[in-house]
Amino acid sequence: MGNPNVGKSVVFSRLTGANVIASNYPGTTVDFSKGKMRLDGEHVEIIDAPGTYSLEPTNKAEEVALEMLKEADVVINVVNATNLERNLYSTLELLERDIPVVIALNIWDETQHLGIHIDKKELEKILGVPVVPTVALTGEGIKELVSQIKNAKTNDKIKSTSEEGRWVEIGSIIKKVEQLEHRHHSIKDIISDLTIKPITGLPIAVGIVFFAFWLVRLIGENLIAYVFDPIFYNLYLPLIENLSEWIGGPGLVHTLLIGEYGKEIVFEESLGMLTTGLYVPIAMVMPYIMAFYFMLSILEDTGYMPRLATLVDNIFHKLGMHGHGIVPVFLGLGCNVPGALSTRTLETRKQRFISATLLAIAVPCMAQTAMVFGILGPYGMYYIGLVFLTLAILYIIMGLILNRVVKGESPEIFLEIPPYRRPSFKTILKKTWMRVRWFLKEAIPFLFLGVVAINLLYYVGFLGWLGDVLSPVMYGLFGLPGDASIAMVVGFLRKDLAVGMLIPLGMSPLQLVVAATMLTVYFPCVATFVVLLRELGIKDMIKSVAIMVSTAAVVGFILRIILLGW
Amino acid sequence: MDQQGIFLSSVPNNKRARIVNIQGGAGLVRKLQVMGIRKGQEIKIVSKQPFRGPLTIEVCGSQMTLGRGMTRKILVEVI
Repeated sequence: MGNPNVGKSVVFSRLTGANVIASNYPGTTVDFSKGKMRLDGEHVEIIDAPGTYSLEPTNKAEEVALEMLKEADVVINVVNATNLERNLYSTLELLERDIPVVIALNIWDETQHLGIHIDKKELEKILGVPVVPTVALTGEGIKELVSQIKNAKTNDKIKSTSEEGRWVEIGSIIKKVEQLEHRHHSIKDIISDLTIKPITGLPIAVGIVFFAFWLVRLIGENLIAYVFDPIFYNLYLPLIENLSEWIGGPGLVHTLLIGEYGKEIVFEESLGMLTTGLYVPIAMVMPYIMAFYFMLSILEDTGYMPRLATLVDNIFHKLGMHGHGIVPVFLGLGCNVPGALSTRTLETRKQRFISATLLAIAVPCMAQTAMVFGILGPYGMYYIGLVFLTLAILYIIMGLILNRVVKGESPEIFLEIPPYRRPSFKTILKKTWMRVRWFLKEAIPFLFLGVVAINLLYYVGFLGWLGDVLSPVMYGLFGLPGDASIAMVVGFLRKDLAVGMLIPLGMSPLQLVVAATMLTVYFPCVATFVVLLRELGIKDMIKSVAIMVSTAAVVGFILRIILLGW
Repeated sequence: MDQQGIFLSSVPNNKRARIVNIQGGAGLVRKLQVMGIRKGQEIKIVSKQPFRGPLTIEVCGSQMTLGRGMTRKILVEVI
């Protein structure tokens, strides 16, 4: 346990060897992760708890941490050595409880650069529990920490007092153990100032965001052109063609695995498990996911995100949230699921509701984005721009409305700005890989399932019937062919597959814009839906879904009138 | 100590100030305190976002951003 952004998750992965996501901003861990390690020949379970400034919770992530504390036998209290004074508050709260504590004095290496001298022995004496200096990022001190776990103690001398009492105590501790040297403005401080002052910070932010997405596209396109397409077309296609010959004729097996027999195999359209079911997630979507999370990891690990949150706070405050609301948006642009989870860092129900609903409505995940580029790319950037512009406008308009309509408080931003750190290339690659693996684990089963479900539903004639029934609505309201409704149904399972299904319908680019936008807005994918249901609860989720569906209908209708005419 | 003070939000950029009082509910006072913002503490204004946007301040060695409304509950004296 410990304050946010002190490196608990890094310590945790050092202790357990488990991979957990860590970033240079507070609130990366919103849920707990469990891991095991060996301690003197015994297996013990270690839990990585979300950060808390104090043991009286102010948000949902902190409540999770407190629940964890009740079950713990020993607490490893991770403390930021560069900010001892503030960190000691929750340490004292911990020591007041009857639970053995060992303290990891993390980020020890930076104290030297910052001219902070901490008398570790004295601190140990005062607190009466083991104190171990650590640098979790490099692994320094972790062995010592492990060996001290068994020496963890409670401190009977520290009695429960008032807040005032604790601060007085901290003041006297700090006087005894810490000495500060005067230091000069470093290059990091200068960059920090430049990126947070509005005059320089805003242009820099615009530049960084544009550069980041340009980089994502560049990396993604090149991965597809030089790695994935050659593999699929030169190595994999012949295999599938052989398989097709081997199956030998039309039938359910051929349709399910490869697609309609006798037709040329087109990876995007054949709708077989082994053709479209593999090609879409791996060769069309995954390259962008890799590129996106690589870029996001850099932004996270340097510590830029809280600065961006500060700069955009004004806008987000008008949408009923505060600057930290940018984090779910950014994470959601990769995949909506981690985006939905990160809404937990917002304090009130109102903020979480708005953030989650807007995420589901107007933040396309990388799978959708890649597909939108895929189907509209050939017609030009103008059409792609239309989709994203619509979504951006929608985010703001819906935010303004929800802020008025949804009851509850939306407290102001209150966010720690961590110092910039140079990200380690290895950590970034590891983090990117963990998130990509997560995508593969989630996406591929759903795509397979989707392909099977579609084929079966086609087979029994359900989709044809549905297309016919919804055809007047689709055409009358949105100017789309009736079969587009099939894509909408499939969109419940996977958005990328659904967007892909729009290709064979022979629609005009403007129709595609309407359809792609509606697909994004009307409902999240199943995976996101499940997470949102858990985060919001049934009642709020029903409201949220109602908002999504009606927004999709209204937006589809308006777009139709503007783009396609009446 | 002078109990009057001025709003934290009225302190110019890059100036230092000392907190003389926090006028707010117990919840807010606590929330600020655990982050090190409390009576007697010295702080520095790092930046102010325009249009009543949030303030970024430096307090006990770390920086944090707080909303304009909060900074109108923190009374300080410029030093």
